Amino acid sequence: MNMKFGVVVFPGSNCDHDAYHVISKHVGQPVDFIWHKQTDLSSYDAIIIPGGFSYGDYLRAGALAQFSPVMQSVKEFAAQGKYVFGICNGFQILCEAGLLPGALIRNENLHFVCKHINIKVENPNTPFTTELSVNEVLSIPIAHAEGNYVCDDATYNSLEENNQIVFRYCDASGEVTSEANPNGSRANIAGICNFGGNVIGMMPHPERACEELLGSNDGRDIFRSLTNAIAKSE
Amino acid sequence: MKAKIYVTLKPSVLDPQGKAIHHSVELLGFEQIQDIRQGKYFEIALDSQMSETEAQETAEKIARNVLANPVIEDYRVEIV
Repeated sequence: MNMKFGVVVFPGSNCDHDAYHVISKHVGQPVDFIWHKQTDLSSYDAIIIPGGFSYGDYLRAGALAQFSPVMQSVKEFAAQGKYVFGICNGFQILCEAGLLPGALIRNENLHFVCKHINIKVENPNTPFTTELSVNEVLSIPIAHAEGNYVCDDATYNSLEENNQIVFRYCDASGEVTSEANPNGSRANIAGICNFGGNVIGMMPHPERACEELLGSNDGRDIFRSLTNAIAKSE
Repeated sequence: MKAKIYVTLKPSVLDPQGKAIHHSVELLGFEQIQDIRQGKYFEIALDSQMSETEAQETAEKIARNVLANPVIEDYRVEIV
């Protein structure tokens, strides 16, 4: 089984090494760092847009990264049905680039929230969630100040209708409550996918939840799902 | 020639920073403040050879494609 992952590195990315570590050590597959000026993605099966503060979060979080040369290639890559995984700042970048609907604004409480939270699997049928079951609760850390997901009613309704809401913030028992919402996101949205399901964005960091030593390994099943999806599509 | 561009959150989008500023202003004793919304202001120096129409079109393009995120923000352009 030959597959190759790429982790895009923008100036200011800082979770690129975490993603690289998880792919090489836990997924056990070849992975490259891809500097944001590179445009040839033809040798990759999946691209990870990692967390961090690309371009210092200047203008808006993720706003300037969308104009980096690699992003045009990421758009073409996604249009071919290949897998694109945006984590935290990567989610913000994918929204700014128009690969995912909606936007991420300042947390309602204005705090930079850095802690383990619970998310509930809403859609276990995406290429990123097949190893999970519906309503399963995962403990995954978040670390962001702009994770407040907003979209208009028409967008929200289409997300619901097409099962594009993949994860919602919930309490330990899986209840989706306003107390369990760390940032004010509409309907507790923690992660969404595009219409085709091959592009996903999430604010929580599954790459930081792959080792028991770090408090949780619930993130592993997300990467395992993705690996299985690539193996099946080859 | 200069373009002045104002970017503001759409009225339907919550502005947590504006709310915090509003709260501080109230703490200072200002009582009749109904709401405060925070936005962004840009000044773009343009080639003086440009016609006003060209300047307007260029500034609008920059505002639409870069400075504002149309999902959450509105913009207004003035050429001076």
